[in-house]
Amino acid sequence: MLIGIAFWVLAVVAVAAGVAVFVVDSMARATYALALSFIAVGVQILLLGQSYLGVITILMMVMEMAVMAVYMVMFMGMNPALMPMDMTHGKKTAIGASAGVFVLLAAGALLIPWPERRGVPPEDVTAALGLEIMGEKMLVMAVIGPVMVATIVAGVVLAAHRSRYDRFGDDLRRRPADDPQAGGVGR
Amino acid sequence: MPEAVVMTVPGYWAVLAAVLLGGLAVFAAALDAGLSDRAQGLGGGWGAPLAGTARLLRQRRRTTVAADAVLWRVGNAGMLMGALLMVAVVPLGWWALADLDVGVVWFNAVDVMVWALVWLAGWGANSTHSLVGGYRFLAHGLAYELPLMFALVAPAIAAGSLSVGDVVAAQEGLWFVVWMPVAFVVFLVGVTGFSVWGPSAPALGADIAGGVLSELSGVDRLVFLAGRYAFLAAGAAFSVPLFLGGGAGPVLPGWAWSLVKTAAVLGVLVWLRRKLPALRPDRFMEIGWVVMLPAALLQDLVVALIVVGKA
Repeated sequence: MLIGIAFWVLAVVAVAAGVAVFVVDSMARATYALALSFIAVGVQILLLGQSYLGVITILMMVMEMAVMAVYMVMFMGMNPALMPMDMTHGKKTAIGASAGVFVLLAAGALLIPWPERRGVPPEDVTAALGLEIMGEKMLVMAVIGPVMVATIVAGVVLAAHRSRYDRFGDDLRRRPADDPQAGGVGR
Repeated sequence: MPEAVVMTVPGYWAVLAAVLLGGLAVFAAALDAGLSDRAQGLGGGWGAPLAGTARLLRQRRRTTVAADAVLWRVGNAGMLMGALLMVAVVPLGWWALADLDVGVVWFNAVDVMVWALVWLAGWGANSTHSLVGGYRFLAHGLAYELPLMFALVAPAIAAGSLSVGDVVAAQEGLWFVVWMPVAFVVFLVGVTGFSVWGPSAPALGADIAGGVLSELSGVDRLVFLAGRYAFLAAGAAFSVPLFLGGGAGPVLPGWAWSLVKTAAVLGVLVWLRRKLPALRPDRFMEIGWVVMLPAALLQDLVVALIVVGKA
């Protein structure tokens, strides 16, 4: 009963905060409305007994939204991000696509013959879920991890406008490096 | 794995937890004021937190043009809420309000909330200095958060569990601080980070007119400062079950040892504020990523090797 009420309250908060993302006229409000929506979803995962995934969802999403505030100024420049602005664009396409997806998912949820529960939840649901998702594919996961890190590093290297030749000179021998901003460890 | 040593108490004990956290926060504020006065050759100063509270309660609330009041208030008041959420998983001796199976991650999630709260407090005022302060905090956060996360990993590996109770139980005989000192130091740097304290306080720096604090007045300022001291106290309290053996100790009962150790760590953090220079956000970024993060990772590796070797 209590869990049922909590579920519905959180569901309403998650959807309402999700709608607010597009209604408000400030990037800060949109960002943290999205964070609130994710927190509500994270608490719902807690209701499923997946404490690790629930807490991690909240942790990651709040941190992500805070980092979004950094990007907001880095990539958008100070002015547009700090002034009131419309949070939507390409409205007709976006509304059409989202209405279509909603109808599809809602129809699926309502029309699908849901299976009856067989057996009982395992002792440690987090471990069981992890095994279910990754157990057979651990090798793939172990390979994808380093590849993703390499991609991130390569992306940053390609995006940075200064290369090692700017830092260390044409023969790469200049020490200390010529950096626009001194580092914290005396290099 | 040893048997669980932490017992969960009913929810109404949360009131006592809040009172204790408040007491520790007042202790930190009084100690800081006392040390400040002594450094200037004055006596007393211990009553300054009470006088300051009375003054702020009577002060009129300042408003700014086009402030985002909702986000501003959320950021200010959230600090105190966050600190209370944090102590929910900190055991007092052998009692805890909630001994979650993922207590360590809970602590981490709450300390990440500070990212949002301090930035919102800086953003809401619609004032330049205050916003600069908010971004200074985020810059610090990007430097201290990952090392802090990996410092939290070390006790969890050693205990083979993310539950704070299991971490305490695993320290029977030998406290984690003895064989993971690097993780302990990185953890304490993280605590100063998320409580915007001492070397990690440039977000509130005098060079930007108080930064996040610059437009805060009256009860808003009181609540934010109280939340900041409460976070410092909560962080110190969490170091006790994580590294200092929880309530273990001779003669005194467990709850008393928890409080004594917490007060000791808190006292050191407050005392260090005058001893350490401010960490400039741009400089600290490199310290965090080039020094602290590899150090914490090496500490994790050492701990993991010892755990595997013992098994």
